[in-house]
Amino acid sequence: MAIEPATELASAVPEAIVAEGGRTRVAGLAPWRIALRRLRRNRVALAFGALFLVIVGMCLAAPIYADQIAHTDPYTNHLTEQITVHGVKKYVVAPSGVPIGPTYSGRFFLGADGNGRDIAVRLLYGGRASLTIGIGAALFTTLLSIIAGMLAGYYRGWVDAVIGRLLDLVWAYPVVLLGIALGTALALGGLKIGPLQIDGESKLIPTLVIAVIYVPYMARPLRGQVLALREKEFVEAARAQGAGSLRIMFSEILPNLSSSIVVFLPLLIANAILLEAALSFLGAGVRPPNPSWGTMIGDGVERIISGPHLAIVPGIMLVLNVLALNVFGDGVRDAFDPRARVRASH
Amino acid sequence: MKRFVIRRLISMIAVLFAISIATFCIFNVIPNSDPAQRLAGRHPTKGQIEAIRRQWGFDKPVYTQYAKMMEKIFTGDLVSYVSQVDVDKEILQDAPRTFSLAIGAAIMWMVFAIALGLYTAVRAGGFADRFLTVLALIGISMPVFWIGALMNYYLGFKWNIFPNGGYVPLTEDPLQWAYHLIMPWTALSLLFIGIYSRILRSNVLDTINDDYARTARAKGLPERQVLLRHVLRNSLIPIVTLWGLDFGAVVGGGALLTETVFDLQGVGQYVAESIAQLDVPPVLAVVMFGAFFVVVTNTVVDIIYATLDPRIRLT
Repeated sequence: MAIEPATELASAVPEAIVAEGGRTRVAGLAPWRIALRRLRRNRVALAFGALFLVIVGMCLAAPIYADQIAHTDPYTNHLTEQITVHGVKKYVVAPSGVPIGPTYSGRFFLGADGNGRDIAVRLLYGGRASLTIGIGAALFTTLLSIIAGMLAGYYRGWVDAVIGRLLDLVWAYPVVLLGIALGTALALGGLKIGPLQIDGESKLIPTLVIAVIYVPYMARPLRGQVLALREKEFVEAARAQGAGSLRIMFSEILPNLSSSIVVFLPLLIANAILLEAALSFLGAGVRPPNPSWGTMIGDGVERIISGPHLAIVPGIMLVLNVLALNVFGDGVRDAFDPRARVRASH
Repeated sequence: MKRFVIRRLISMIAVLFAISIATFCIFNVIPNSDPAQRLAGRHPTKGQIEAIRRQWGFDKPVYTQYAKMMEKIFTGDLVSYVSQVDVDKEILQDAPRTFSLAIGAAIMWMVFAIALGLYTAVRAGGFADRFLTVLALIGISMPVFWIGALMNYYLGFKWNIFPNGGYVPLTEDPLQWAYHLIMPWTALSLLFIGIYSRILRSNVLDTINDDYARTARAKGLPERQVLLRHVLRNSLIPIVTLWGLDFGAVVGGGALLTETVFDLQGVGQYVAESIAQLDVPPVLAVVMFGAFFVVVTNTVVDIIYATLDPRIRLT
């Protein structure tokens, strides 16, 4: 993901999420039911969704793997040690500096890195970091986008103008460029928001940076939907009953945005994980020696000549994970998007 | 039309102004640390810091510093904090490399995306469609710096098919220029081919049965003509818009990952290195340069879009 994953996200939003199309065929079913039923029929999407869950499960089990199978942790160096692989004694890192490749046994299952650290262990712990940042950032983006989109779309006028210009400002930067600028600047001095103090080393910094960068891509389409929804009869009815603005926004409009949000979320997580990797690769995300898939790829690329597996292993893990989210996200979109029927008929 | 262009130009200047302030703030307000201390090195004396502060004008209020820096950008005597090299000169030197990368990649991804999108749409539902759709999804899911590094290692270093890094100016030797850029072009294109071909596929599927396509078929046009002349032309409109936007972003520093991995020494790599050293002047200048291209291409695309498609009103 070099730049503008925006285009992918922008295309992900169904123009209007209308359930009436389904109702003509399946009478009396709620739109969510119809969507879930469509999703259930999409075996490929479900399989990839399951793959994502498996990866998440594996990363959650990282401490168990490290303790019970690999007998090390993600930080310990085994530079000078020798291990026995299938009866042969080998250096973890050869005197020439070349680290051991995959042993496919308990210790150093996927080999060691240049510092003699177990790659498999680091891969799982790195996955925790990447997934936490990706999911955290996506959830935070969603929260900010809902607030921004609802305020701008509901109040219109100057509120819309101010929020719109702010979003334009973020939008005008190439994604990665803004990411490293903010990431580097914040890592240097940390961040102070009122009583809240975030340390420069904290994983919260890349999470917040990524979250803010993706807000325009989600807030703009949500705003458009709110603009249309606020003119609907049910909003008028609520207003006639004396409901206040907040009440209308949260109990009338927000539920109608839910399917858009559900469609967005997997794709947002995928893009956030990719951006985390890019930022860590450039040294503006997760700080070493903490592992993340991005930092591991970065290390691997630097030492690719001494052992290509250093770059290949974390890269494949990252691609599998992002691919799983993308395919699953595609399935979710097809399920919630009425045009999916049109597409399937071809 | 005239009013539209003028309005766009005014908002363009406003956005550029806002971007310059935002970028300046990112590096001067957020880090809570003194730029003079950063410049002075590891163990400076108080006097050294004071001298640097006065020399660079850090003792002045923030808005004066900002005004001074912007003035320097436009007069062309902005220098880097770290290396004291003239920033505008450096950008001018790097720009042809970035443009070479962007132009070649943009052509490459458009051609492949059209071919792939059209083919998968025509074969929708079949094996070829599914296979290529999965490939497109993989292309979207791969970080460019990862696939770029692997290409560098296998195609460049190990099997020696393509040159490992380096850049030859187009004016010197067009063939070598292209030969050296094939790997970066490919790496950068993969993502966009994935995105564009999928959008094009669904656009074609949406329009393939539209009334005008049926009319074209009914008057006896062969299917190939219907597809290329009628369906494709209409389906291309949103893609061309994206094309402009993405091209602007790539030129404006968005390709910094590709440039860094292939060591192309383009504008993006320059800004990435400057950010790592917290060297504010080059960052500000490149971001302005980049934002300028992004905003200009956005405006040009809007204008072209409006003239191409009379259904779009200029507001």
